[in-house]
Amino acid sequence: MSKRKPEKLIDENDVRIDGRKLNELRPAKIEVGVLGNADGSAYIEQGKNKILAAVYGPKEVHPRHLALPDRTLLRCRYHMAPFSVEERKSPAPSRREVELSKVIREALEPSVFVEYYPQTSVDIFIEVLQADGGTRCAGITAASLALADAGIPMRDLVVACAAGKVEGRLMVDLTDLEDKGGEADVPLAFMPNLNAITLLQMDGGLTIDEFEKVVNLAIDGCRNIYTLQKEALKSKYIAVKEAVEE
Amino acid sequence: MSSSPIVVRVKQKRIAELISSGRRLDGRGLTDYREVKLEVGVIERAEGSARVRLGKTEVMVGTKIEVGQPFTDVPNEGVLTVNAELVPLASPSFEPGPPDENSIELARVVDRGIRESKAIELEKLCIEPGKKVFIVFVDVYVLNHDGNLIDASAMAALAALLNTKMFNYEVEGGEIKVKPGYTPLPIRDYPIAVTFAKINDKLVVDPWLEEEQVMETRLTITMDKEGKICAIQKGGYGYFTLQQILEAAKIAQEKTEELRKLVVKG
Repeated sequence: MSKRKPEKLIDENDVRIDGRKLNELRPAKIEVGVLGNADGSAYIEQGKNKILAAVYGPKEVHPRHLALPDRTLLRCRYHMAPFSVEERKSPAPSRREVELSKVIREALEPSVFVEYYPQTSVDIFIEVLQADGGTRCAGITAASLALADAGIPMRDLVVACAAGKVEGRLMVDLTDLEDKGGEADVPLAFMPNLNAITLLQMDGGLTIDEFEKVVNLAIDGCRNIYTLQKEALKSKYIAVKEAVEE
Repeated sequence: MSSSPIVVRVKQKRIAELISSGRRLDGRGLTDYREVKLEVGVIERAEGSARVRLGKTEVMVGTKIEVGQPFTDVPNEGVLTVNAELVPLASPSFEPGPPDENSIELARVVDRGIRESKAIELEKLCIEPGKKVFIVFVDVYVLNHDGNLIDASAMAALAALLNTKMFNYEVEGGEIKVKPGYTPLPIRDYPIAVTFAKINDKLVVDPWLEEEQVMETRLTITMDKEGKICAIQKGGYGYFTLQQILEAAKIAQEKTEELRKLVVKG
């Protein structure tokens, strides 16, 4: 609560408080294969967001009665570190985290060939180390890479990005400040090669026309992050290839 | 009712075939709601209450008002709290215990509709800025689950809020003194949720349980009285195309208006 809310989030030239244009994403850094124990892992920094994702599986299901006869049990836990936000967050899962874990799992599941591994589970863990708006989206982007890194067969990568309306203007990739001070926020996850929207939420107020524009902004944002996502995945295996050839 | 994956696949084929020819197992058209029955004031002990029957789905909502502390970031506003219980008597698939992800999602989607449309004039519920405000508890109680709990719950919550009476009071030396008589809870908007299921690449409105069991995915759009979208939630394991989402938004605009007339009378 130490930070004062600024008067305006966008200036008269449509420049945002962090210097970005309306359709400009925050700088992002993505890395694949960052954790030793996990079958697959990824790390993303998007603006001030710092998020780790790890995948364990396919493996035996615990407890066993949860196993599904015809497909793998995909589980997901989205969790925020107590120190990831301004005021300490209790480490116990909040209702928000329970809901996000559910929608993130449902955003990733369409990309996974779950029918390949019946009677098993694939567990996805997303840890938000530092949060600054758009953590569910960055979390999905990282978790999808962690799934790929774990060698889980997938139809496409899932990439996510939010767009919204702040002070009457439509913009992409809202920071926490913009989200809280703005009129609407629409997080969206997307499989770029299948043109499939796998996560869509909204809160705020938008007319149908504005909503259509916001969704298109978010999809454009997804396509941009997708380029980084692919590069991150490739660069891990290029590094492996070089190490093998040496 | 909690079907095995094989039973679901057999059903899925039949339901999907019908839907691709524009029909449904229970005889409805693709954008028809089941019959909505609404009663208000069903629980005298609650400050407001409503029971909604959507076909065989049955949801009761009771509201309670208490005095408590405001959130520090909005010291001048009352507090809204929505909770949902999937009561075990409502379905063989509901189990006793702490709220699971489904009931949390249900509560949060209903909450988002009310909150984002600014339906309750929360700023009028401040007693002493930063210290004392009214807290409005909206408790969603699912009594019979036959699909589309979100729309039924959202309707019941709105009806219960419109039915909510607050006691009159005055503040004397920091203490609240109850005065005789009641005033209605100040409500300025009427959010209505419309839920779609995607089955065999087609959208149907108000899925009942059998359709929910076979649907690929689900989309809920909540709109305020001006037809603006105030909340959206996608659920389920499938995906939507952009065209499907925009089509759903157009249908939702029509349907929310239709349903709103049932809940908000006069």
